[in-house]
Amino acid sequence: MPINYYIFLSIALFAIGIVGVLTRRNAIIIFMCIELMLNAVNLLLVAFSKMHHLKAAMADVTTKAGTDGQLFVFFIMVVAAAEVSVGLAIIVMMYRNIHSVDVNFLNRLKH
Amino acid sequence: MQNALQIVWLIPIFPLIGFLINGLGRNYLSKSVISVVGCGTILASFALSIWVFLQVRNGNTHVAGYFNFISVGKLKIPFAFQIDQLSSLFLLIITGVGFLIHVYSTSYMNKESKEHFGRYFSFLNLFVFSMLLLVMGANYVIMFIGWEGVGLCSYLLIGYWFKNTEYNKAANKAFIMNRIGDLGFLIAIFWLFAKTGTVTYTDVFSGVGNLSNSDATIITLLLFLGAAGKSAQIPLYTWLPDAMAGPTPVSALIHAATMVTAGIYMVARSNVLYSLSEISMNVVAVVGLATAILAATIALKQNDIKKVLAYSTVSQLGYMFLALGVGAYSAGVFHVMTHAFFKALLFLAAGSVIHAVNGEQDIRNMGGLSKKIRITFITFLIGCIAIAGIPPFSGFFSKDAILLAAYEKSQVLYGIALFGALLTAFYMFRLLFITFSGSFRGTEEQKHHVHESPAPMTTVLVVLAVLSIVGGLVGIPEVFIKGGDRINEFLSPIIAQHDAHTVSHSTEYMLMALSTGLVIVAIIFAWIKFRNYQRSEARGLAKVLENKWYVDELYEKIIVKPLHNLASFLSNVFEKSVVDGLVNAVGKAVHYGSRQLRLLQSGQVGSYVLLMVLSIVIIFVLQFFLRK
Repeated sequence: MPINYYIFLSIALFAIGIVGVLTRRNAIIIFMCIELMLNAVNLLLVAFSKMHHLKAAMADVTTKAGTDGQLFVFFIMVVAAAEVSVGLAIIVMMYRNIHSVDVNFLNRLKH
Repeated sequence: MQNALQIVWLIPIFPLIGFLINGLGRNYLSKSVISVVGCGTILASFALSIWVFLQVRNGNTHVAGYFNFISVGKLKIPFAFQIDQLSSLFLLIITGVGFLIHVYSTSYMNKESKEHFGRYFSFLNLFVFSMLLLVMGANYVIMFIGWEGVGLCSYLLIGYWFKNTEYNKAANKAFIMNRIGDLGFLIAIFWLFAKTGTVTYTDVFSGVGNLSNSDATIITLLLFLGAAGKSAQIPLYTWLPDAMAGPTPVSALIHAATMVTAGIYMVARSNVLYSLSEISMNVVAVVGLATAILAATIALKQNDIKKVLAYSTVSQLGYMFLALGVGAYSAGVFHVMTHAFFKALLFLAAGSVIHAVNGEQDIRNMGGLSKKIRITFITFLIGCIAIAGIPPFSGFFSKDAILLAAYEKSQVLYGIALFGALLTAFYMFRLLFITFSGSFRGTEEQKHHVHESPAPMTTVLVVLAVLSIVGGLVGIPEVFIKGGDRINEFLSPIIAQHDAHTVSHSTEYMLMALSTGLVIVAIIFAWIKFRNYQRSEARGLAKVLENKWYVDELYEKIIVKPLHNLASFLSNVFEKSVVDGLVNAVGKAVHYGSRQLRLLQSGQVGSYVLLMVLSIVIIFVLQFFLRK
């Protein structure tokens, strides 16, 4: 499959994520949108890595070129998991305090 | 072996030490100690100067380098003294006449309280020190240090009685006028360095060939501006008559030995440069002559004994510049020397007169003093004869040398200069007759007070009178005695030689007879007119002269007033509206801008994110388009 498809899919996912973050007011949905953007990047990384490796393997079967991109994806997933736990905890605390997860109520940052 | 002249640094050091002792110890030292220190240091310098002079006469000239004063990149200015014919002659004049004035001062200033007495002598010593530095320096920068020192000391001494506002104003005037000239001098030094890469005399003069004509003209004209400031030439002469505010011996020092001769010295020193530029020479000659005549006409109608002498100094300085301008450098220097003798004499004698009549300076309130203060009268008379130029007194020889040089250059210059000489004789004898003959016109109290001055003062007067009589004998013209013009011969190694006399001997005799005859006529005329002087109101031209051609008022109108108005405009209008306005506008803009920017920090997470995204998009777009 040509790389273009992966790229377009990634861009689409990423754009959906951005639009979601910008337009939605529910903190949980914003959070999901952020995850969506992260995964768009992941997808792109994996795709590039795979294509790169295929290309290199044609010349030399034993090569490991392009595999590090896939490793990075794991790192990102781990970091994202940690982030999710912190982020959800914040949202829970927010709900406890203001009984809402609407980010527009969260305007005390300016003080 | 090191040149014996290497120790000339002692000459300026003595007055400096005297300055420090008297200046620092003025509260503790007694008047007699102060007098001894003040005079002794100058005497020591004088003794050394005589030795130096004899060395130079034996042909031993020397540039004594001591240390690097400034050394930056290409600019190398050594602290060095140049001892040659010109500087050794000036050393003699400065320390010799300076010493006599110091001795005179010990008696004249005796009424002052102790600390002021010490202050006076410390300033006097510093003055001599600066002047020595000025003439001894081996480059223009050292000369400039002395130059500024002299300006400072004149300020300090003119404003010696600092409690009098008028005197302070006179001191300020002297200082500011001098600063105008100094600026010209300073620019000339920079220009010289830019064009020749050096400011040391020997290097500058040996490398003058590389200097283009226009550069030489500009440099010499700027130098002359400095000289005009220091030596009181048009247009910067008005400070000198006002410098009378200082004590009389100070006037003598300024007018005779130090300060005003600095300009002559500088031009004479730079004669190689001046010889390059016809224009500068002409400017010097014309300005000198114009000053000589202008000051002489003013002196005709002044009634302050010191003012008359002050204007006569300005006038005589004009003659010196005339001599320099027509290329007769040695005649100019010769006149400096004789003028130092008879002008010091006249001022000190005037001081003695003022002393006798208890501080009165207006000659209209004097008269008939000749019998009461005999020595002062006789010495003053000798001074007058000397300055008027009657043979064989000193003034005759030097003035004759100048007139002859002017005659060779142009008969018009000669005619005007001769007219000036006539005026000189007339105003000096007017002063003499009004002061000393007729009957006393002051109050009864003053009449009883009149007495001869104490011995230190009269002794100095007698010494100076003798010098005024014989001082001219070093420059007897060739027509009288072959090889009699010894001063010209002495100075010849360092002065671009004046052309050999082109005037025939018979013409020379005739010119001398003419000038002497006219001077005598002027004196007789003065005698007839002022023998029995009665005061009268000045009218018409006389009033204009009495008010000094209204030059001070003119300067006030065209320079001081506009400057004053400009300053008040800048401080009242420009500063308040433009400067303050700008500063306030900046403040207001920041205030307003911050108020607007504050709206961005809304606390809305959504808007933050939106801004972030927009910014990233902008960065990407910019990167995309600008990368090409």
